[in-house]
Amino acid sequence: MDLKEKLISSFLAFENNVDLDHPVHEVRSEAIKNFEAKGFPTKKEEAWKYTSLNSLQKVDFSIFPKEESTLEYKDVKKYFLHEIDTYKIVFVDGVYSSYLSETTHDGVDVCLMSSAFSKPMFRQVIEVYFNKAASKDESLTTLNTAFSKEGAYIYIPKNKMPKKPIQILHLATGNEAALMLQPRNLIVAEDNAEVQIIERHQSLTENEVFTNSVTEIFAGKDAIVDYYKVQNDAPTASLVDNTYISQKDSSVVRVHTFSFGGKLIRNNLNFYQNGERIDSTLKGVTILGDKQHVDHHTLVHHRQPNCESHQDYKGIFGDSSTGVFNGKIIVDKIAQKTDAFQQNNNILLSDRATINSKPQLEIFADDVKCSHGCTIGQLDEEALFYLRSRGIPKKEATALLMYAFANNVLASVRIPELKARINKIIANKLGVRVGFDL
Amino acid sequence: MLEIKNLHASVEDKEILKGIDLKVNAGEVHAIMGPNGSGKSTLASVIAGKEEFEVEEGTIMLEGEDLEELAPEERAHKGIFLSFQYPVEIPGVSVTNFIKTAINESRKARGLEEMPANEMLKKIREKSELLEIDRKFLSRSLNEGFSGGEKKRNEIFQMAMMEPKLAILDETDSGLDIDALRIVANGVNKLRNKDNAIIVITHYQRLLDYIVPDYVHVLYNGKIVKSGTKELALELEEKGYDWIKQEATV
Repeated sequence: MDLKEKLISSFLAFENNVDLDHPVHEVRSEAIKNFEAKGFPTKKEEAWKYTSLNSLQKVDFSIFPKEESTLEYKDVKKYFLHEIDTYKIVFVDGVYSSYLSETTHDGVDVCLMSSAFSKPMFRQVIEVYFNKAASKDESLTTLNTAFSKEGAYIYIPKNKMPKKPIQILHLATGNEAALMLQPRNLIVAEDNAEVQIIERHQSLTENEVFTNSVTEIFAGKDAIVDYYKVQNDAPTASLVDNTYISQKDSSVVRVHTFSFGGKLIRNNLNFYQNGERIDSTLKGVTILGDKQHVDHHTLVHHRQPNCESHQDYKGIFGDSSTGVFNGKIIVDKIAQKTDAFQQNNNILLSDRATINSKPQLEIFADDVKCSHGCTIGQLDEEALFYLRSRGIPKKEATALLMYAFANNVLASVRIPELKARINKIIANKLGVRVGFDL
Repeated sequence: MLEIKNLHASVEDKEILKGIDLKVNAGEVHAIMGPNGSGKSTLASVIAGKEEFEVEEGTIMLEGEDLEELAPEERAHKGIFLSFQYPVEIPGVSVTNFIKTAINESRKARGLEEMPANEMLKKIREKSELLEIDRKFLSRSLNEGFSGGEKKRNEIFQMAMMEPKLAILDETDSGLDIDALRIVANGVNKLRNKDNAIIVITHYQRLLDYIVPDYVHVLYNGKIVKSGTKELALELEEKGYDWIKQEATV
């Protein structure tokens, strides 16, 4: 039985464990029909030209973990940003771990989707927001919607801000030979609310994991949302991250994606500007080696006038790794005075590494500023010689140049401890100590 | 200090240096002049160890040690410094952090401890004053958005910090206005002493009014075709390079 068939037959078992009378279940039923009709995307589709899910579909994934797993905090501490105090929403093999988590209902709601689905007090928010930004026809998104049951639920009311940043951590124990996870996150920041979120997926063994995640983010008027995705997973873990962001007037949403590890990563990051004077920022650092594959597909849909978007993705590709950057910008006819900026710079460290970079601009307004640039190159030999002539050894000089290359992206990280951590991961990745204070 | 014998060097099978002999003693300043494309910058890069150049023949000795097998960083650790004609921009790395890294890497290679922070700070202050460098300048990203003059001044600042035995100044005068030229030359002169040596590479005589050389060599077509004292530079200024070319071809 292939993965698609297995998923469709599993849906019946899934229905035994959810409230069939909840309005959300209608949404799930619609979604599974869509997935059944469409199936997994293939390389024949333009959007999946460079990323194949074929080999994943041959793996016999468990759809539901058989037993509950427990983990000791000390064993997974390093995957948390433990240097600062945070709220934590932690899942172990897709199941919420109250032991590792720290949630709150003190003025803001930082808790679980399963609670939000089941408790009447959340019913209204679910009705207003759930599946309102996510695609109704993209097959992997609808697959996630069909199985949506658990994930992070974050609701920040008007004018509120949680006391501390929030971490969402998905851990896979390897108790299953191969495990498929489908977390579903809903983040709502009402008018003038502010929130900082760090999300990470981590497999603890070499057993195969395939995560198909959907996150919906709603930013009200003047709201500020910072979302950091740390993708530094085991070499047997694959991730399809589907993120949909809906913004209202004068809101600011910044998403940083740090892709350093994993087997196959596909990021579908979609911004919809449903108001004026909106600022959308998309930044990414990708550093790959071995046979790793990372595909960034971004969409910024400018639907209203006077908005901005800033995209800056840097990639460093070694060994036989492959990267994809596809940046789509749509500017509707009404969206005059749009200022859309897109930049994608790549360095290939090996002649077996590959990057496919494609800007895709669809502009229907006539008074806009849209700029895009893409570079693909080797490390600048002259710069390397310059640093070495100052006594800095080749390895350190290379690291310094990489660091300099990725620096623009790190500059906008607003949690200093996270920035330090990312710098450390970069230094480790490059196998060197960067010899100065970062 | 430096002894170059019969140096032949090529890039992509094209021979650029065709037999250079040069001896520089401690305490001396040598100027190397010559028309464009004569091999001046190549000579500077080859001494500093740039790997894209292939040394086909000959030797470069620093204080009796053959440099052939040494990487650029190892040559720097031995006391060679090259001031670049086109310094490279390194965004995200401040001038201060860069120079700290450079100094401590060199110290590490020599088996020394890292320089204590207060000593480093004192030295940075002292040397930046020497080159009339503003403190704000030191926290800017290395060479990013610097004017031509700022870049060159920053090169000499690095030289002052690293205190090399042999400094090679590659076209340090290009792109400098007269005030910047004076500051840079003044800085270099203050760094001159009986234990170090300086090679000044330039197309024009102008810089040599400020940094007065003990010897002047004319490089043409990959060879030193004429050597003399500072008067030779004046003669070149007056007569241009054509007579050298004619003499060389005869």
